Amino acid sequence: MSLRRPAKDQPESFVFNASSLEAANVIVAKYPKGKQQSAVMALLYIAQKQNNNWIPLAAMKYIAKFLDMPYIKVYEVATFYTMYNLAPVGKYFVQVCTTTPCMIRGANQLVEACKEKISENECELSNDKSCSWMEVECLGACVNAPMMQINDDYYEDLDKQKTLDILEKILNGETPKPGSYRGRVNNEPENNRKTLMDLKNA
Amino acid sequence: MLKDQDRIFQNLYNDKGSDVTSSQERGDWVNTKKITEKGRDWIINEIKESQLRGRGGAGFPTGLKWSFAPKEVGSRPHYLVINGDESEPGTCKDRDILRFEPHKLIEGCLIASYAVQAHVCYIYIRGEYFVDGQKLQAAIDEAYEKKLLGKNAAGTGWDLDIYIHYGAGAYICGEETALLESLEGKKGQPRLKPPFPALIGLYGCPTIINNVETIAVVPTILRRGAKWFASLGREKNTGTKIFCISGNVNNPCNVEEEMSIPLKELIEVHAGGVIGGWENLQAVIPGGSSMPLIPKERCETLKMDFDACVEEKSGLGTAGIVVINKDQDIIKCMARIARFYKHESCGQCTPCREGSGWMWRMLERMAKGDATKDEVDMLGDVTNQIAGHTICAFGEGSSWPVQGLLRHFKKEIEKRNNLDPIVQKKNNIPYLVDQHLLDKKNA
Repeated sequence: MSLRRPAKDQPESFVFNASSLEAANVIVAKYPKGKQQSAVMALLYIAQKQNNNWIPLAAMKYIAKFLDMPYIKVYEVATFYTMYNLAPVGKYFVQVCTTTPCMIRGANQLVEACKEKISENECELSNDKSCSWMEVECLGACVNAPMMQINDDYYEDLDKQKTLDILEKILNGETPKPGSYRGRVNNEPENNRKTLMDLKNA
Repeated sequence: MLKDQDRIFQNLYNDKGSDVTSSQERGDWVNTKKITEKGRDWIINEIKESQLRGRGGAGFPTGLKWSFAPKEVGSRPHYLVINGDESEPGTCKDRDILRFEPHKLIEGCLIASYAVQAHVCYIYIRGEYFVDGQKLQAAIDEAYEKKLLGKNAAGTGWDLDIYIHYGAGAYICGEETALLESLEGKKGQPRLKPPFPALIGLYGCPTIINNVETIAVVPTILRRGAKWFASLGREKNTGTKIFCISGNVNNPCNVEEEMSIPLKELIEVHAGGVIGGWENLQAVIPGGSSMPLIPKERCETLKMDFDACVEEKSGLGTAGIVVINKDQDIIKCMARIARFYKHESCGQCTPCREGSGWMWRMLERMAKGDATKDEVDMLGDVTNQIAGHTICAFGEGSSWPVQGLLRHFKKEIEKRNNLDPIVQKKNNIPYLVDQHLLDKKNA
């Protein structure tokens, strides 16, 4: 299990803004009547998006009231799942996969690059407070290893130099292009494709 | 090598685009009504005859699973749940289906829902695949627009609504009952079985849970016939499968191939060979991180299917092949996998919660050569205390890779770790003293 603690400095209150409220109502309608508790995970995402990529305790209390469920149940969910940030992270949130398939293809170089560019320790904000990074478990893009995720996008087939370039762009406020950085198309074997050639050449 | 026309996922590399028009050109949605007109029993029988086994790891026969759903809908509605919480290290096949072949999945959902009499289908996608989930959502919206979903979906007379539910970074939610807990808005801790979800599942209603790949191949099987599917591969291990080949190979890739294809052919032909040549191969994890590794000698002849892998005391799992060459420290690789399991244990059962961290700490020390001689046996003992003593299969999943390491690389560990233990005299008792285990030999 992973140890997860809420941040020390917590805002006093939290309410959904108009667009969050609309999105929340759409989500709740997906589930049968009386089973609105199912929407808690999606609502936590909405709260996280509204509140600069992290969830304060006030938001959990608000969601508990919104869904008519006990606050402790929301707290349980928010602390169980690792994608909910319980403390502030950077506007650009870099997650480097270091599980075995990425590790044996050199994920440690990506970690080094993050240490050089962003901050010495993981979960620490960069000097300009715009960016933070952390090591995560398998992100499910193993044939594109090593890779990292920045906010919602995957950056694949990296090495140290490419990572440094991407991070440089991010620190300058640009959004680099997601996908493979070795120029291959999706998950096909690079320069070695032997299947579905008719479609490729069509 | 499998002929191109026998490949189910023609758009695996997104040559053609994933929208509904190009999907229809590939044969999706063409005669869905004709399939459902043949009736539930015909569909379930055809899937049984095709001998399709679940692609999510356990390899349970799909037709059999569907037949467990109650024949008549009682007071509780039926649900179909699709498991797209692909988090097993080494596996990335479902992601390609979600983003490039969404209509195969959606049509499969419709047919499966009809077969098990569900009007609502939830697709559970891991939170990290947000972008790919959005692509699936776009395909679902498109399907609603073309009246392929909703009331009288695709003219079949069956009403179906599909909703996407995102996970939030918990590996354990790939376990079917943990997934249901998560869908109900709780933390993902597996339930005791029985009762099985087919009778008491989501919201206490009958629920059929299938992997993304399993459902996505269903329409093609029904179109081309169970005989065609069963003619590929070998008895009880039929059909095609998407293999993900990652790790130390020249061209890591996803490729759809026939079941029972030799592992060597997959690596040499499709993945461009091991880095440093075949001689440089150390070991292969055949089916995602929770399956025990297989050393090089056995890889020469290994056939990639459920039963052949079991004969090697491993398993096909999700067919996520991780190739490890001799440049890597095998103990370190396994220590990292142990760290993964330590991080992902849900904490419900004590043997797994405590044991996964214990295995990780021991392996980290063994990688550095800081462990004592007796700890090698202790490690084996800990794995035996976890496997089979937990609610879900995570216990096996976390201890099997370590057992595989001990089975094939014990000499390597012993060579590196020869510190003397503090207690010199060897006591022949298990480290977690438990009376019923003491009575068993080699407990």
